[in-house]
Amino acid sequence: MRSKGRISHDGKIRFARGEALLAPHLPHLPHLPMLQVLVPLLMAPFVLLLHPRGLAWAAATAASLMAFAIAVVLALTVVGDAPLTYQVGRWPAPYGIELRVDDFSALLLLVITGASSVTLLGGWQSLARALPSARQPYYFSAWLLALTGFVGIAVSADAFNIFVFMEVSSLASYVLIAGGPDRRALSAVFKYLIMGTVGATFYLVGIGLVYMMTGTLNLADMAVRISDVADTRPVLLAAGFITVGLALKAAIFPLHIWLPNAYAYAPHIATAFLAACATKVALYVLLRFDFVVLQHSASEHAVQFAGYLMPLAVLGILVGSGVAIFERDLKRLLAFSSVAQIGYMLLGASLVTIAGLNAAILHMFNHALAKGGLFLVVAAFCTVAASSQLEQIGGIARKMPWTFAAFVVCGLSLIGVPGTAGFLSKWYLVTAALDYGALGIALVGVILVSSLMAVVYIWRVVESACFAGEFGDDADSDSETAAVPPLLFIAVWIVALANLYFGLASALPIELAASAANLLMGNAP
Amino acid sequence: MSAELAILASLALPLAGAVLIAFAGRIGVNVREAATMLIAGALALIVWSLVPAVAAGERPQVSVAEVLPGIELAFAVEPLGMLFAALASMLWIVNSLYSIGYMRGNEEANQTRFYALFAVSLGATVGVAFAANLFTLFLFYEVLTLSTYPLVAHKGDRQSVASARVYLVVLLSTSIVLFLPAIIWTYLVAGSGDFTLGGVLAGKLEGAGVGVLLLLFVFGIGKAAVMPVHPWLPAAMVAPTPVSALLHAVAVVKAGVFAITKVIIYIFGVEHLAGAFGADLLVFIAAFTIIAASIVALRQTNLKRLLAYSTVAQLSYVVMAIALLTPLAGIGAAVHIVAHAFGKITLFFAAGAIYTAAHKTEITELRGIGRRMPVTMMAFTIGALSMIGVPPTGGFVSKWYILAGAYQADSMLALVTILASTVLNAAYLLPIIYLAWFAREDEGDGTPPARVHGEAPWPAVLALGLTAALTVGFFVFHGAALDIARQLLAGF
Repeated sequence: MRSKGRISHDGKIRFARGEALLAPHLPHLPHLPMLQVLVPLLMAPFVLLLHPRGLAWAAATAASLMAFAIAVVLALTVVGDAPLTYQVGRWPAPYGIELRVDDFSALLLLVITGASSVTLLGGWQSLARALPSARQPYYFSAWLLALTGFVGIAVSADAFNIFVFMEVSSLASYVLIAGGPDRRALSAVFKYLIMGTVGATFYLVGIGLVYMMTGTLNLADMAVRISDVADTRPVLLAAGFITVGLALKAAIFPLHIWLPNAYAYAPHIATAFLAACATKVALYVLLRFDFVVLQHSASEHAVQFAGYLMPLAVLGILVGSGVAIFERDLKRLLAFSSVAQIGYMLLGASLVTIAGLNAAILHMFNHALAKGGLFLVVAAFCTVAASSQLEQIGGIARKMPWTFAAFVVCGLSLIGVPGTAGFLSKWYLVTAALDYGALGIALVGVILVSSLMAVVYIWRVVESACFAGEFGDDADSDSETAAVPPLLFIAVWIVALANLYFGLASALPIELAASAANLLMGNAP
Repeated sequence: MSAELAILASLALPLAGAVLIAFAGRIGVNVREAATMLIAGALALIVWSLVPAVAAGERPQVSVAEVLPGIELAFAVEPLGMLFAALASMLWIVNSLYSIGYMRGNEEANQTRFYALFAVSLGATVGVAFAANLFTLFLFYEVLTLSTYPLVAHKGDRQSVASARVYLVVLLSTSIVLFLPAIIWTYLVAGSGDFTLGGVLAGKLEGAGVGVLLLLFVFGIGKAAVMPVHPWLPAAMVAPTPVSALLHAVAVVKAGVFAITKVIIYIFGVEHLAGAFGADLLVFIAAFTIIAASIVALRQTNLKRLLAYSTVAQLSYVVMAIALLTPLAGIGAAVHIVAHAFGKITLFFAAGAIYTAAHKTEITELRGIGRRMPVTMMAFTIGALSMIGVPPTGGFVSKWYILAGAYQADSMLALVTILASTVLNAAYLLPIIYLAWFAREDEGDGTPPARVHGEAPWPAVLALGLTAALTVGFFVFHGAALDIARQLLAGF
């Protein structure tokens, strides 16, 4: 099994045919798309029974790691190759339920399962402190259900199943957010619940309308049939409902207002998990629908898509970054930064070019690395700091220099400094924008200005962590191991090193993102 | 050792050395300082081992990884980079010696962090020097910014944190908003950012675009401190003096003018740029920076800030020389990178020695200090003469070539600027020398000096003596540097 592609003379990255390579060792390979969902799903009720301290966590982590392993195998199988499909119960595609893993879903699966595994791995002490031990099995069970929902969305090739998994993941996420000790999470999650339900309902209404007009729920089938009923009023309405509903879920500006508080008051580890993948999953569905299914729903769908979403993306980038600069709470600061980063992804997509989509999809991966790492570090900070307020973490760099160094690495990746993963997505995004003509140059300006804003808000954290008071000079560097749980420390550095690794040797995500972009734009290789 | 291995070793050694220094710091200060000296010495040996091959016309190169299709992390040694790396690695040894005296003499805190980050900065400097393409250059350029930030903020008090913020914001924002788009533009237009003799843009970018791209590069490379992107340099003076001396008179600022020079020779191509309006504009901008910074320097009362503005002016000498696009001026630019380094590091060493021994930072406090610290002030005098360009100092050599290049280019503007700036240099440096040697210590307000002191600790004095000797020595023994610089003429 090779983890890295080779770059051949024509500059394209080629992978050995993973399937041929893996098949002899993995007789279950054709079942992997189903197993991807089943492993966390079946483990979830089982975890409920594990009451002894720590066991539920261990089982959930094991399931998550197994899901991650499956995702890695799937990614290596489909990269540069045909998608894997799975007919549930052997019913053929338009009638039965189909699961489908292509490059786009493989990349997303890597993000989801990777984020879940690393955060669970490092999160034991932090979660154990936040949750009474009687409630822990329920919490980890909810975690696995959230994971099931996310991966289910990624592998489903069927609009209604996506809705079902979306509800599973949403309901479980509400538990993850509200399950912590912070009572403010309850009001935050209520807002999320209302808005999330509105979003899901919108989506369902849209699906219903499309079903009414085309008589199918299978996405590929829908994409073919919808051109027959293009420009009819129900289909146009459906496109609006679906896009707005998913935009709510994806926290696209100005529908992001549920996000900052939900992230800020959730248990730190849950924030890291959700920040790394939750909104990206919704964005994934949005891109799937708008580029594959709805592309032919109206004669000028692409123009409309770009015309409505590009201004929102730009506003999201500027407003999100701007608010982050003045935020006093570290978790809210990072949450608003997420709003801006979602804007980047949307901006790339709203160019409606292969290069733009490529940048958007690559940024999903790279932003998950950066933001997941940052929130993990926040969890580490909060093992000694009273809260995530900036003044509470003043001087913490002296107490835990290595953890803080990981924060700087992930922060630089968020800014997009060369040598980090974030730089590559920025490079692709700027390149795509420059190809876009005169408007593109203005967009480049937006991207660069918001990078500067990222410098400002990351550096506010750095300065208060290094130079402000609180954790005095009495703390010598040996106490870091005592303060930060070793597993959390390891998890933090796994992510930080991944940020560096994927900044220099990024063949796999780049290849996945490139073919995903080709796939979405309709000329699959 | 093969040349390829030497390139990789010269990059890996300082980075591995930083870790080594961090661990050595836990054992003891002497071990840590010994490790620093050892690593500095080894780096200089490795870098200098490349000199004969490069002087003989070889261009060793090595590619590490392909980051994006067509964009490589790769290194190649060409004459200018060789000169820069050799210079920086050699002065690191002297500077480490000086640091020992300075940091101990002032009982600075966090010295382990200081030495470790210094090693990282040098690694980044060598990376900039050996970069084979714009992407690699940019990568190490940013590493250099980030690794020097904690050195600027070293004291950790309110003033140094605020100044370090200016430092970081100016350098990072220029590089992100201007330098990066310029690089991406270059890759998009030319399909490559490799440093190629004759440039990669000829025939691909014409007209006004050339000028715009050139300005993006010049202002984007904020480390060159062309006005108005210079404020980070005076701000950086809050750092401990060894940082100001090696990094903000040699490594960081020279990385800036080095990058501009490389972009002009190897990305635009001298011939291609000669027809464009951008180069003329650049001469104007550089000339303005020289004069304006010199005038600002006249009004400074703090010694280190005065030296910082002097550096701003001297850096634009290099920019102006290369923008003249004539062979002799090109040589002058390359030689000035070296000559100015020797002179300016001596001046900073002297300023730091004065601070260590006498705790004096203001120029008016320097009355009669030459009698207490004769060696230091002798070195200072030599450095100052080199800045003005008086023989027998290194500054004369480079000024000669730049003037000759200005004649060659028939540029009255450049000629007048150099002459005017020479007068201005003398006007702000000679009064200091006069005060130090000829004024009486108690002439000021009649109070006796607060502190009876002699010279700074011996490592510091030894270091500044060495660089003063180099400054004078370069007047005579600049043949090797000139030979390497002459190889640049292939690009003209």
